[in-house]
Amino acid sequence: MCLGIPGKIVAVYETNGLRMGKVDFGGVTREACLDYVPEADIGDYTIIHVGFAISKVSEEDAQETLKILREIADIEEELGMNEEYPDISETIER
Amino acid sequence: MKYIDEYRDAELVKKAADEIARIVTKPWVLMEICGGQTHSIMRYGIDQLLPPEIELVHGPGCPVCVTPLELIDKALAIASRPEVIFTSYGDMLRVPGSSKDLFSVRAAGGDIRVVYSPLDAVRIAQENEDREVVFFAIGFETTAPANAMSVLQASTLGLSNFSVLVSHVCVPPAMEAILSSPENRVQAYLAAGHVCAVMGFWEYAPIASKYQVPIVVTGFEPVDIMQGILATVKQLENGQATAANAYARAVTFEGNKPAQAVINKVFHQVDRKWRGIGVIPKSGWGLRPEYADFDAEKRFSVEDIHPEESSLCIAGQILLGLKKPGDCSAFGKECTPEHPLGATMVSSEGACAAYYRYRLDLVQEQ
Repeated sequence: MCLGIPGKIVAVYETNGLRMGKVDFGGVTREACLDYVPEADIGDYTIIHVGFAISKVSEEDAQETLKILREIADIEEELGMNEEYPDISETIER
Repeated sequence: MKYIDEYRDAELVKKAADEIARIVTKPWVLMEICGGQTHSIMRYGIDQLLPPEIELVHGPGCPVCVTPLELIDKALAIASRPEVIFTSYGDMLRVPGSSKDLFSVRAAGGDIRVVYSPLDAVRIAQENEDREVVFFAIGFETTAPANAMSVLQASTLGLSNFSVLVSHVCVPPAMEAILSSPENRVQAYLAAGHVCAVMGFWEYAPIASKYQVPIVVTGFEPVDIMQGILATVKQLENGQATAANAYARAVTFEGNKPAQAVINKVFHQVDRKWRGIGVIPKSGWGLRPEYADFDAEKRFSVEDIHPEESSLCIAGQILLGLKKPGDCSAFGKECTPEHPLGATMVSSEGACAAYYRYRLDLVQEQ
């Protein structure tokens, strides 16, 4: 019930005084209430939870997280710590 | 999908796991609060990638699991009434009450409808003026903005045939209850990312400081979870205990202010009973007196409820992080997702359901 999913806003309109929108989840589109994310507009990504956008996703912060982890990876390689590891790609479902 | 695929990058998950293994020097017990995170951890095998020093225990963040039995029994009684259309999030339908569940009430003729959004329940009330529409408003801080808005909408639209059966719970009081317990093993928390998207994480700073436990806001994808664990272990190894954010793309310190405003308009703080745990003071929300007209408990007098739990189920100890599903004698035997004895075996967020789905072999070997 707490598993919000990020989706892209593709339409914004009003119903019964509420800011509503259509949100695209990688091809599946659903209606969501956008009243809690007044700053989010068409093209923005929001986390949708039981039909409500609860947070606008920050592109800058999203990139920063990945960058920090990639830097750990680079440092390890430089220090020659990158030994052979078992392949976990099967554990990590795609 | 953007913001999902890149956070399932196996290489990055492995690197973060290596970094955790590199910095850890002694054993630590971390609790992930949210059942959604428990499922992610099991599904992607994150626990198996961690060094042996790190133990993850699973927290009470499963709304379906902690909704008190009395309230499930009330829901069953209300949903059985012929004038009622009972609406609910789908996960609640198979949660066992004392003697039956919502599915069996529906099979016996009850008009029970699963809704995706609470606004769907409001729409059903608009379309069925001659019926009483009740919405089962349960959940943590994540569903509260949506549930509160359904009440506001019904009020704005002047709907007299809409009401809500409320059982809202809040995370911070439960975290404190766990830390205060003499049996507590938890040394750090991964805080629930989407609860914090709504509420921010300012509430956690005093808890981190008072109990000297790091609390790190953590997301749901494998990279997010590893990053949360890494940040937590860094604090533990350095002797720090602060509230920090490892899910910055969705969470800010102050949270979603418009959502908080609507929650505070409709709900106020109340004592709540948690299934399997007991009453935790000021641990939930109830309807404010101004919205008492929308209170299903007042509208339908449902007395004479005598709840009775299964004597085998140890869900309460599992929700407190004291035991794991494999410790239960009924796990996978008397208790399965098809015939659950406790709510932790039902929900897509329950720890027992996660173990049954992803770790059945391991548990049976033990």
